[in-house]
Amino acid sequence: MTDLTTSATVPAKPPMRFRETRRLTRTYCRSFSSVLGLALVALFLFVAAFGPWLAPYPEDAYGAVDFGAKLLPPSPEHWFGTDQVGSDILSRVLIGARTTLQIGLTVTGIAILIGVPLGLIAGMTGGWISETIMRITDIFLSIPGLILAIAIVGALGPGILNAMVALSLVWWPGYVRLVQAKTLSQRNETYVDAARALGAGPLRVVFVHVLPNCLSPIIVKASMDMGMAILGAASLGFLGLGAQPPYPEWGAMISTGRAYLPDWWWCTFFPGMAIYLTVLGFNLMGDGLRDVLDPRQR
Amino acid sequence: MSETSDAMLAIRDLKVHFPLANGQVVRAVDGVSLTLRPGETVGLVGESGSGKTTVGKTALRLVPATDGEIRIGELDVLNASGRDLRRLRRKAQIIFQDPHSSLNPRMTIRRAVAEGLILNTSLRGRALREKVSETLIAMGLPPQFHDRFPHELSGGQKQRVCIARALVLDPDLLVLDEPTSALDVSVQAQILGVLKDLRAERPSLTQLFISHNLAVIRFLCQRVAVMYLGKIVEEGPVEQVFSDPRHPYTRALLSAVPVPEAGRRPDRTRLTGDIPSPTAVPKGCAFHTRCPVARKGLCDTTPPPRVAAGGGHAALCHFAGEMQTT
Repeated sequence: MTDLTTSATVPAKPPMRFRETRRLTRTYCRSFSSVLGLALVALFLFVAAFGPWLAPYPEDAYGAVDFGAKLLPPSPEHWFGTDQVGSDILSRVLIGARTTLQIGLTVTGIAILIGVPLGLIAGMTGGWISETIMRITDIFLSIPGLILAIAIVGALGPGILNAMVALSLVWWPGYVRLVQAKTLSQRNETYVDAARALGAGPLRVVFVHVLPNCLSPIIVKASMDMGMAILGAASLGFLGLGAQPPYPEWGAMISTGRAYLPDWWWCTFFPGMAIYLTVLGFNLMGDGLRDVLDPRQR
Repeated sequence: MSETSDAMLAIRDLKVHFPLANGQVVRAVDGVSLTLRPGETVGLVGESGSGKTTVGKTALRLVPATDGEIRIGELDVLNASGRDLRRLRRKAQIIFQDPHSSLNPRMTIRRAVAEGLILNTSLRGRALREKVSETLIAMGLPPQFHDRFPHELSGGQKQRVCIARALVLDPDLLVLDEPTSALDVSVQAQILGVLKDLRAERPSLTQLFISHNLAVIRFLCQRVAVMYLGKIVEEGPVEQVFSDPRHPYTRALLSAVPVPEAGRRPDRTRLTGDIPSPTAVPKGCAFHTRCPVARKGLCDTTPPPRVAAGGGHAALCHFAGEMQTT
């Protein structure tokens, strides 16, 4: 009998998984804005991956100077025009995507690495440990993130690396709050008691039972934070605290281009559009993921 | 000692108190003693808030006890640590009230049932898979269900998974915490059928069946203990307790059971009011505030004695000896 049952169950597995995935995909695609968000994010990732090969003048991204071609308006030769030192803006925007992706991933990644474990500890332990973590989190949350980041960069000195460190340090408290709240609600679910009754130790309860059930809000928040971190880094770049020109970073490009507004609008317009579309894409995708991963949809 | 050594589950003077933030103390369980012999099915009844669920959870050390002693076989549950506790997990399992929340929503039911085996046995790979499938099929879940997630199953199916998850470890003791009360009536009947068959299939399995449903207790149990405000007020063989209840609370519970024929029941005992808060248990007999036969100056001052009625039947009431069968 056992032989018969196992041979019957083995082929049943792939279609089951597949059906689940297809159902999620269908739910996601029901919303136009989610699909648009996904398309924008996909385009951004594509450019980040292949930017140096797509760019018509890749050397312009790293400070090549050609004063003969400075501040040219958009034309078939320079689609996005050129800036004050004659660099091709299209090339700089395309190559800058990689920096931007790097910033987004680093800031969100570090924030998750700090915030999620602290949130789990605070949610599972209770008592003074939890109180300490949550009060420190509250202190960080009560200070506007960007202001704190500016202060940190001010102390460390301007630069793209310091900007990322500063943003990471102000970004984690959101994750602590989110994960702690979710952990608290999961901890009292009966299936956690059931796992303990089966002999699961505290670590197994946390990593096998509680954490996987906290994952969907973390994914949603992370995808939205990608956009917000990019915006934050661009803001620091704009203030002159992030990437330094001629480094091809979108915020820094707007910062230098600002002096040439409004007559040479293309210096700021195209990097601005790039930031706008990328952030919009991540936000729409986050919204779409929230719709799909929300358990109430089931 | 001689009584405990041959008992499967022995609870002695168990107290479980929960301190509240405002300094009050919830006396959820306040001096419960209960002994289950091997192979016996004992029912634990009471209203919501009587502490019956807490007794069940404390017996498996899912809730810390304040005082008392619990033994499962030879194992001292409350002082067990490390390896002993692991042994306990194999020997004693629990089935919870709400099957919808007692399965991890991110695990297929195959994984859920395998969890206990992974944690407690060296079974892996193909052998593990076969054992899980076998157990699920025995519970009436055909192979096409085994890779589904809990939200794809009905309530009754989920409860079968929970039963399978507990039985796959081949426990000696099973605590059933209102296993049917969260289910639809027709599904309840199914699950009760499963549990009844279980008695026949595994006669050596000792069961503590927690319920507020007297008909279910009568259907499945040999002995019954009635709880009120953290204390067992009456205890005895099911037939004896049901036909000759000695505690007014038991009489009230029994007379609250709906009877199919209209016009009968001239002797209905009605209870007024709610169960008092376990933060402020009434003095004397805890039941005197709602008792139809309470006598002032006695019941509200003196805790009632344990009055034996023969055959292991006993009640905690000043008037237990005077109660008459109607």
